[in-house]
Amino acid sequence: MEKTGLLPKWNRHIAFATGVFISMIVLSVVFKNKQPALVFTWINHALMLALIYLAFTQKDFRAAKPTVYAFLPLISISFIEDVFKLINPSIERNWSNYFDLAELFALIWMGAMLYVNHRQRKQLEKERLKVEEKEKEFRITEKIKAELEIQVKERTAELTKQKEELQHALHELKSTQSQLIQSEKMASLGELTAGIAHEIQNPLNFVNNFSEINTELIDEMQEEIDKGNMDEAKSIANAIKENEQKIIFHGKRADSIVKGMLSHSRSSNGQKEPTDINALADEYLRLAFHGLRAKDKTFNATMKTDFDEKIGKINIIPQDMGRVILNLITNAFYAVTEKKNSLPVTTDHAPKYEPTVSVSTKKINNKVEITIKDNGNGIPQRIMDKIFQPFFTTKPTGQGTGLGLSMSYDIITKAHGGELKVTTKENEGATFIISLPV
Amino acid sequence: MKVLVVDDEQDVKVLFEQRFRKEIKNHEIEFAFAFSGEEALSYLNQHAHEAVLILSDINMPGMSGLELLEQIKQKHYTPPPVVMMITAYGDAENYNTAKRLGADDFLTKPVDFTLLKEKLKTVH
Repeated sequence: MEKTGLLPKWNRHIAFATGVFISMIVLSVVFKNKQPALVFTWINHALMLALIYLAFTQKDFRAAKPTVYAFLPLISISFIEDVFKLINPSIERNWSNYFDLAELFALIWMGAMLYVNHRQRKQLEKERLKVEEKEKEFRITEKIKAELEIQVKERTAELTKQKEELQHALHELKSTQSQLIQSEKMASLGELTAGIAHEIQNPLNFVNNFSEINTELIDEMQEEIDKGNMDEAKSIANAIKENEQKIIFHGKRADSIVKGMLSHSRSSNGQKEPTDINALADEYLRLAFHGLRAKDKTFNATMKTDFDEKIGKINIIPQDMGRVILNLITNAFYAVTEKKNSLPVTTDHAPKYEPTVSVSTKKINNKVEITIKDNGNGIPQRIMDKIFQPFFTTKPTGQGTGLGLSMSYDIITKAHGGELKVTTKENEGATFIISLPV
Repeated sequence: MKVLVVDDEQDVKVLFEQRFRKEIKNHEIEFAFAFSGEEALSYLNQHAHEAVLILSDINMPGMSGLELLEQIKQKHYTPPPVVMMITAYGDAENYNTAKRLGADDFLTKPVDFTLLKEKLKTVH
């Protein structure tokens, strides 16, 4: 019953016990049927008992338990036989047959048990192998997992880098876009400059003229007072007052034009404020007209306005809305000029083409409609779905950014929750309708 | 003398009436006003013999001062009215066109009324 592969703390004791056991067997054979043999046999019995005790009590020997069971009957019989031998050798001799028979059964038992044990062990070994196989598989899986994790990390790093690059590109695009918007604003401001100059010049002329007249009138009034013509003096005073009101009116007019120009070039703060849409539309109509007139001396068009005075003030972002109206009006003027230039010079008999741009406002239930209509050539059907796309323009290179309508569309739909619709008939003109909820 | 002033600015009427208040009071000059080229033409058609002098702005929506000038000169009113055009300062192109179309005289904006009064005296 040698136990190998056990914990090292037992190895020394077992080796020693094995040594003692073998020596005892050798000695008992040497001293066969002599008195010392009995002593050696009993020492061996004690060793056996110790072994069995250990096998049953110590956890470390648990695996040896079945084997101990296999040998237990044989050891017991051998022990009982030896006990009888010691107490009464005659009984042992008389009962020898029974002991032999018992020993035979014990041997059979031992064989059967060992066989069963062997099979169980084989089974266990199989299972152990299976477990080992699984462990091996598990280790392989773990290895693959680790490799995958490295790959994932690499890919993640790659993706992060790409994401950062894309974010950078997006940032650049955004800044380019805002630059484009700014240049679009500046382009439209450029178109306005001459109009603005004209529009400021007129009110300033009035301010200067009425001021001069008032200086004269005050002198005249003093003369009349000196003469004692109080009625005349009073009437002159009234005239002065009226002129003062003209001065204030035209001063304010110039002021609002400059303010409008500044707000046009300034980035919009995106704040909605109550605005007189009629005044806004009228102002930009005049600015656009005089701007184009200053650029092209031959340019002319009839401007028609029809403002619904019931609208009052509506909540809009004035700079942005002004930009949209200016854009649509400029387009309308461009369209009528194109048509006029494309027509042959009219004779007195042929019906004359009158370039006309009309701007009207109307309140319909809870909506305000601003309509900008021209009698130009209209928009060809094939480009109708493109006109609101950014960078789409029919103007010659360098003359249009192609951002006007797309910006207008965004301002109306996104910033104001309104609609920008267009109807057109070829050779008859186009009508843009801004519809705003109020 | 009757003067027709053509300008799209409404307050031009008040301005002229104030500037020429003495002349109007003394019945030296009579003013009529039109706020567009079209209006001026229809006035001329109705009061053909009255207007001796036409003072027109060029920069007007619809019919421009130049078109008006062209029409007046084509229609051969009797007596042919004197047409003075008001051009923006430094506007050589309009000046040349007006001259070609037969404008009798020019004034530059802003209008110098002392100068205008001098000119009106010579028309007399």
